[in-house]
Amino acid sequence: MKFGTEIVLLSLFAFGALVAAGFGVDEPFRQHMWVLFFAVAGFNAMLMRNTDFKPAVPIDPAAYMDGPIRYGAIATVFWGVVGMLVGVVIALQLAFPHLNIEPWFNFGRLRPLHTSGVIFAFGGNALLCTSMYVVQRTSRARLFGSNLAWFVFWGYQLFIVMAATGYLLGITEGREYAEPEWYLDLWLTVVWVAYLILFLGTILKRKEPHIYVANWFYLSFIVTIAMLHVVNNLSTPVSFLGSKSYSAFSGVQDALTQWWYGHNAVGFFLTAGFLGMMYYFVPKQANRPVYSYRLSIIHFWALIFLYIWAGPHHLHYTALPDWAQTLGMVFSIMLWMPSWGGMINGLMTLSGAWDKLRTDPIIRMMVAAVAFYGMSTFEGPIMSIKTVNSLSHYTDWTIGHVHSGALGWVGMISFGAIYYMVPKLWNRERLYSLRLVAWHFWLATLGIVVYAAVMWVSGIMQGLMWREYDEQGFLVYSFAETVAAIHPYYVMRAAGGAMYLAGMLIMAWNITMTIRGYRREEDPMPGSIAALQPARSGARKWA
Amino acid sequence: MDYNLMREFADSCGLLGMVLFFAGCVAFALRPGGHSQAHEAAHIPFKDD
Repeated sequence: MKFGTEIVLLSLFAFGALVAAGFGVDEPFRQHMWVLFFAVAGFNAMLMRNTDFKPAVPIDPAAYMDGPIRYGAIATVFWGVVGMLVGVVIALQLAFPHLNIEPWFNFGRLRPLHTSGVIFAFGGNALLCTSMYVVQRTSRARLFGSNLAWFVFWGYQLFIVMAATGYLLGITEGREYAEPEWYLDLWLTVVWVAYLILFLGTILKRKEPHIYVANWFYLSFIVTIAMLHVVNNLSTPVSFLGSKSYSAFSGVQDALTQWWYGHNAVGFFLTAGFLGMMYYFVPKQANRPVYSYRLSIIHFWALIFLYIWAGPHHLHYTALPDWAQTLGMVFSIMLWMPSWGGMINGLMTLSGAWDKLRTDPIIRMMVAAVAFYGMSTFEGPIMSIKTVNSLSHYTDWTIGHVHSGALGWVGMISFGAIYYMVPKLWNRERLYSLRLVAWHFWLATLGIVVYAAVMWVSGIMQGLMWREYDEQGFLVYSFAETVAAIHPYYVMRAAGGAMYLAGMLIMAWNITMTIRGYRREEDPMPGSIAALQPARSGARKWA
Repeated sequence: MDYNLMREFADSCGLLGMVLFFAGCVAFALRPGGHSQAHEAAHIPFKDD
């Protein structure tokens, strides 16, 4: 029977959730367990409707397993729309506080929904599906474990749904980018170990003697996130049927642990994982091998050795000892080298094929992503210098920096990878529309430029207003005055975010139509068909 | 367990060990004769769709 064991196990799981909903010691936990019950029971009902008693079709062990990748591509686009929509909503809430709707939809609860939604749901699904795609094709081996990939995919979606609903119910650990409470942390650990086994198992049974560099980056992302997640979430639950836990660390130790996690989530989730994407999809789309393979190996090791120390730069001028702050700053500055080495490697892959920038909007997206990678990894070390940080810290400059990296690098490289993968996964000759990709590209790029520029102005103004003293040593501005001064920038920021969201909606339409098998009748991209040349006779003016 | 762990790690031979490991990685990547292998590895994505 198809799904027999799964249905039995899921029924037990749903029953456990029901029991927890009944015996939970606090109201948010009980509500959360009801959510879990309906999610698991609903999924189980779906499995039961799709089960049958026919003998199983034998699986071709040589064929790639693309089912979970197709689901992952759809999930990436879906969560992208959700996460970015919530982003625009909270940007508007900051500009117009009346939009805070108590208790579930106020800024405090929606903000982690946005950050986790775009980082872990959109970015995480993009990493999950591209890593499964890349590891099979560069190892020339089918994914390890029969249904392990499906468990990883659905287990991760359950984590996302539970985390998102938990935030809205007010369940949070209050740890940046790691807000889910202890029971979800445990669940994510199980899913993540399964992911590691899936990825390592596939690499181990590879038919290619060398492990391609993209897999190194993906593997470092999986291993490091496992380590970061476990250490950062060491905590003691108040009750095994309650939604509250206390961290194993306290005071400044806890702060350092959080930012050791927080910065390496940036370094290994948002950088190393997406660099794996870059090292496969940019060469594939450009149809040229990576500029320097040996530089990519050095890029990898330099990134691994430096990133892990940079976290303390989030805690300048705090109770953290001075030597630790300086350590974080020095390592952040050293990070320039691998970051720019990687950027140059990605960009120079196009050397000799720069004309593709004009004709291929997908490669344009990838190149813009790599350029934003270079820009935000240039800005970051500058901001980690203590003197600069004394102005930039706690201001909107930080928010602008994060978004130039997240929207520019992470977003654009994921869009490029999805645009590349989807026609191949569904056996379509091409995308529904390339011109819509160009629209997406321009909306996204202009959106980022508006967002980042506005946040620079607003952030630096904030920083300068906060430190403005008069001749008698009194602060010139009250905090409320700085809030009033940045209002116009907050409105403009929401407009920039809305442009980016509009691009994402165009992508969702384009991908949906591609999957459904439609092809838009449209003129080819300008320059993609060579214009007719007059016969070369007679002297040219410039010859 | 606290942040002094980092300092103790650096003061012991941990930091030196990491630097040497990193230098070894770079030296290995740039070793003479590594060029052809790197060229081959760079073409892995094109062997298969």
